[in-house]
Amino acid sequence: MLEPLSRRRFLAVSGGGAAGLMLSFSLPLESLAREVEVAQSDEPNELNAWVRVSEDGSVSFSVSEIEMGQGVFTAIPMILAEELEVDWESIQVEQASVDPRFGRQLTGGSQSIRHGFDSFRKAGAAAREMLIAAAAGQWGVEAKECRAERGVVHHSPSGREASYGQLAARAATLPPPQDPPLKDRSDYRIIGQRIPRLDTPSKVEGKAVYGLDVRVEGMRVAQVERPPTLGASVESFDAAQALKVTGVEQVVEIPSGVAVVARSTWPAKKGRDRLKVEWTPGQVEVSDDSILASCRESLDGGIEVRNEGDAEAALRDCATSLEATYTFPYLAHATMEPMNCTAHVTEDRCEVWAPTQSLSSTQAAAARTSGMPLERVVVHPTFLGGGFGRRSATDFVEDAVSLSKAVGQPVQVVYSREDDMRAGFYRPVGYNELAGGLDADGQPVAWRHRMASPSILREKGWPMRQGVDFAAVEGARNLPYAIPNLSVSWSDVDLPISTHFWRSVGSSHNAWVTECFFDELCAAGGRDPLEARLKLLDEHPRHQRVLRVAGEKAGWGGSLPEGHARGVAVHEAFGSFVAQVAEVSIGPGGRPSVERVVCAIDCGDVVNPDTVEAQMEGGIAFGLSAALHGAVHFDQGRVVSGNFDGYPLLRMAEMPRVETYIATAGDPLGGVGEPGTPPIAPAVCNALLALTGKPVRSLPIGSVA
Amino acid sequence: MAEYAIQVNGTRHTVEVDGDTPLLWVLRDELGLTGTKFGCGGGFCRACTVHVDGRASFSCQLRISAVAGRSITTIEGLASDGRHPVQEAWIAEDVPQCGYCQPGQVMSAAALLAENPSPSDEQVEGWMSSNLCRCGTYNRIRAAIARAAKSSGENHA
Repeated sequence: MLEPLSRRRFLAVSGGGAAGLMLSFSLPLESLAREVEVAQSDEPNELNAWVRVSEDGSVSFSVSEIEMGQGVFTAIPMILAEELEVDWESIQVEQASVDPRFGRQLTGGSQSIRHGFDSFRKAGAAAREMLIAAAAGQWGVEAKECRAERGVVHHSPSGREASYGQLAARAATLPPPQDPPLKDRSDYRIIGQRIPRLDTPSKVEGKAVYGLDVRVEGMRVAQVERPPTLGASVESFDAAQALKVTGVEQVVEIPSGVAVVARSTWPAKKGRDRLKVEWTPGQVEVSDDSILASCRESLDGGIEVRNEGDAEAALRDCATSLEATYTFPYLAHATMEPMNCTAHVTEDRCEVWAPTQSLSSTQAAAARTSGMPLERVVVHPTFLGGGFGRRSATDFVEDAVSLSKAVGQPVQVVYSREDDMRAGFYRPVGYNELAGGLDADGQPVAWRHRMASPSILREKGWPMRQGVDFAAVEGARNLPYAIPNLSVSWSDVDLPISTHFWRSVGSSHNAWVTECFFDELCAAGGRDPLEARLKLLDEHPRHQRVLRVAGEKAGWGGSLPEGHARGVAVHEAFGSFVAQVAEVSIGPGGRPSVERVVCAIDCGDVVNPDTVEAQMEGGIAFGLSAALHGAVHFDQGRVVSGNFDGYPLLRMAEMPRVETYIATAGDPLGGVGEPGTPPIAPAVCNALLALTGKPVRSLPIGSVA
Repeated sequence: MAEYAIQVNGTRHTVEVDGDTPLLWVLRDELGLTGTKFGCGGGFCRACTVHVDGRASFSCQLRISAVAGRSITTIEGLASDGRHPVQEAWIAEDVPQCGYCQPGQVMSAAALLAENPSPSDEQVEGWMSSNLCRCGTYNRIRAAIARAAKSSGENHA
């Protein structure tokens, strides 16, 4: 029997005992939000958090960004607490739900801190100034004679002081300042410190509530039998055997398939296994080979995204030229927590408990599916058992809402691991033809890159720029090297396979393609890969900085054990610059063994260095998992990969030692969730090129013996 | 459906389920112990690790009929009082990212250290490579296990 969590427990374990907090002071931030919107036209409404101070002096922060492992649940409160001038130990934090004051709530693109930093600072500072103004008003003194420190406002001339709790009610009646003074970075006490994560204890004790842990009174559990082939639809189904399973209550057809609704999870799964569904054949002509052929055929007619000099002429006239084809497969996000969602649709309300990266999209999808207006849709966020982009989709929300609507009860839809793997939303496949030319000194003088990959933006109906999916070409279009003749083009590929944003998006493959081909040119020209990069990056000092740090810390050029080699790669993504040097040997079965990775990141100002290091390690593991193992295979319209036996992930034995160095010169903040992923595959493949003399031109790497 | 008696975290429970119901779903759906996670249902990821009579076991692969009468420990009951030294080490190293696999990681590590209080790096790697972590916290897990081993060694010295 599924027992509901009490509201109190749910909130308490989601954030920390904010459930019983008296709300006496809420800071309205519309004005700040508007300001942010003007400043960041490409990503509007970036404001993320608000501050509450109760009369007992407790300070509560709402975090509108979603915690999926990247550390925002700690980083955002750090920024707020810094400017508010409160002790770190005195704060409480809770996950915010949908709130129009936050603008669009989508956690992705490594944006939370880099786009929200100034807004969070202003939110904290504005609250502080209101508390100071309240004290000044109460005492009849000038606000400028007062200062705030550790949750107390002091008036030095008179020796008076009042705690934030004492001032909260009065402060709440004051208008928020539009342009509150911000602290000088030399006065930071919290930002820049290694602050332990607030969510760690609950996660280690098994108390953190993920989507699958949601329990609602009267909740049923459903599993959905989905189309076995791409594009197949239900012709008919026979539910008789499924309904005989004890605990199975109903079998209903919803847009994504045929669902078995049961009293708990195991009966739902057993019933689902006994369903008989007749499907239309679907697109059985689609297989790995046909996918690659479609990509290859799409290359002609590509759109030029960069053109400098005359690449064709330079390739014709250069001393040495080189051509290569690079291909990469579809990838799954494979979060550890399979997709799921809980919904309860009643006559006048739709309530959703969703492990989602996008509260806004979840609310919109639930409204669309339930037929309710937006304001009648309540979304309860949970912790996410991994996101990596996958949980910005809403297929699981639509399933849960459809099912609750159909059966009139709260329903939790649970994807099996195989459902999760086969439901689509893959990192796109790609096919690349590259040509490079060297002068007589081995110096690159020509670069031509033609790429074909299915467009995520086109599929979503999101805006393209002059017909180009800029997410697909990021990292290739902006190749940083000073090569005088350069041409880059991109072709969309129309395939019946749904794609989605996957940690680091276009950079996840373009860094590999471009950085590996660059090393092929280095090899052909007899040049050292690190030196050759530095030489062509005079216009890119931040690339140079991370390359130098990574090279030096890795002992680039120094001796290595027999059978080991180093490879280097550098990439700019999401406002940060990362270089990695991988030390690789060949292990059993001719498989690469990555011994050590030295990573240097310039992400500008740093909020929590421990989080930056964790994200570099995580990004490396994610990229290495894909480089060594990742491929979603298709055969006759079916997704072959199902569970972790068919889609292996990196395990501890394959995890290299990682050293991370933060090499920053105080530039504006960059992201850290994604930039660690792109350089690892090319760093490893470049080490293999150095070791074997053979380039790796298709992923996953497999055996190189 | 039949009645099964199991001992979980020191408390005796009687559940009425089909005999083929995996222990995982008895814990999560019947007893409300959601700290034990569903990751794959196939024994590949070990997110569902619990202790059965002290030994680390995949709860998604154990039928309730096979564990009736056995003593089961979940993440909620790992420490009888406060936190287990492995949990303390996990917190000290700030291991989790998304955290979903971590109850399983902690249960695996606790079982390893109970059997072998000072495992070598290779033994840790061999044992813990059964537990998947998609966020890539493996190096912090290594550090946390070394810390827990060291602290329990000091306590017994």
